[in-house]
Amino acid sequence: MSKSQRFSWFLFSSPQSFYPLAGTLQPWFAALAFFLCAVGLYISFFVAPTDAQQGESYRIIFIHVPAAWMSMFLYLVMGFWSGVGLVLNTRLSSMVATALAPTGALFTFIALWTGALWGKPTWGTWWVWDARLTSELILLFLYIGFMALQAAIDDPRRADKAGAVLALVGVVNIPIIYFSVQWWSTLHQGASVSMKSAPTMAATMLLGMLIMALGFWMYSIAATLARVRCVILERERHTDWVAAQIGGQS
Amino acid sequence: MNWGSWQNFFAMGGYGLYVWGSYAVTLAVLAAEIVELVMRRRGVIGRLAKFYAARRRNDETEA
Repeated sequence: MSKSQRFSWFLFSSPQSFYPLAGTLQPWFAALAFFLCAVGLYISFFVAPTDAQQGESYRIIFIHVPAAWMSMFLYLVMGFWSGVGLVLNTRLSSMVATALAPTGALFTFIALWTGALWGKPTWGTWWVWDARLTSELILLFLYIGFMALQAAIDDPRRADKAGAVLALVGVVNIPIIYFSVQWWSTLHQGASVSMKSAPTMAATMLLGMLIMALGFWMYSIAATLARVRCVILERERHTDWVAAQIGGQS
Repeated sequence: MNWGSWQNFFAMGGYGLYVWGSYAVTLAVLAAEIVELVMRRRGVIGRLAKFYAARRRNDETEA
């Protein structure tokens, strides 16, 4: 590998160079999220037909499934950056992991909440202790545990390491959530979208769900970029560049 | 999907409570996160501005 290639690979791995990049990208992801969610909601309520079996209650799917996907995906991303931070000792990776956790926890909560409100009219109960629901609840506890553990440790570098170990151990829960509907007999229905078979739902329903998922994805990036900028300022406050950034040149 | 009237739209075929309960809470949670992020940024910048100002005053008195 040439020297210039290596340089570009690590160019944005320092908090100082990532901070302005995140600031530039953040509004674009926010705008994209807003646009995709607006289109997704329009399809969800005005294009997608009524479900033959579930009537209008199925319309919860347009936020339930995307939120559940994001809750699992953001955990994998958090685990990945935690692992990179642990192995390569790169501060920015750990900061990104820290910034991802609250948004992941919120999407987990949304998945559980909308699931309860969908379960009541469909199954006749808000909650059952079945494999899918329980493992998703454990995911919420993993996010909360990660945030609580990091908040409890004063030294940020030690908090990064402790959080990373917890995040990486918790990654095992993700395939459990995903395959729970296959491995155990559960009340929860099988996967809504499968790579192996043709979609079983109407094309407009699928389209609405996928656009909402993209919107939630862009929202997650925007929120994480905004939060990581706060984390960078807090943790790099003893550096000259943050002092210059805030305007108190010293 | 043609709902005919706003009344039908809000009723959601009898599932209004569940559908709107889902969407309202999702919107509230995401809006709360956005407000939290804006306030956190303002808080961090405000705290750091004070911190640097105090440090500068301290440096000046020592010099």
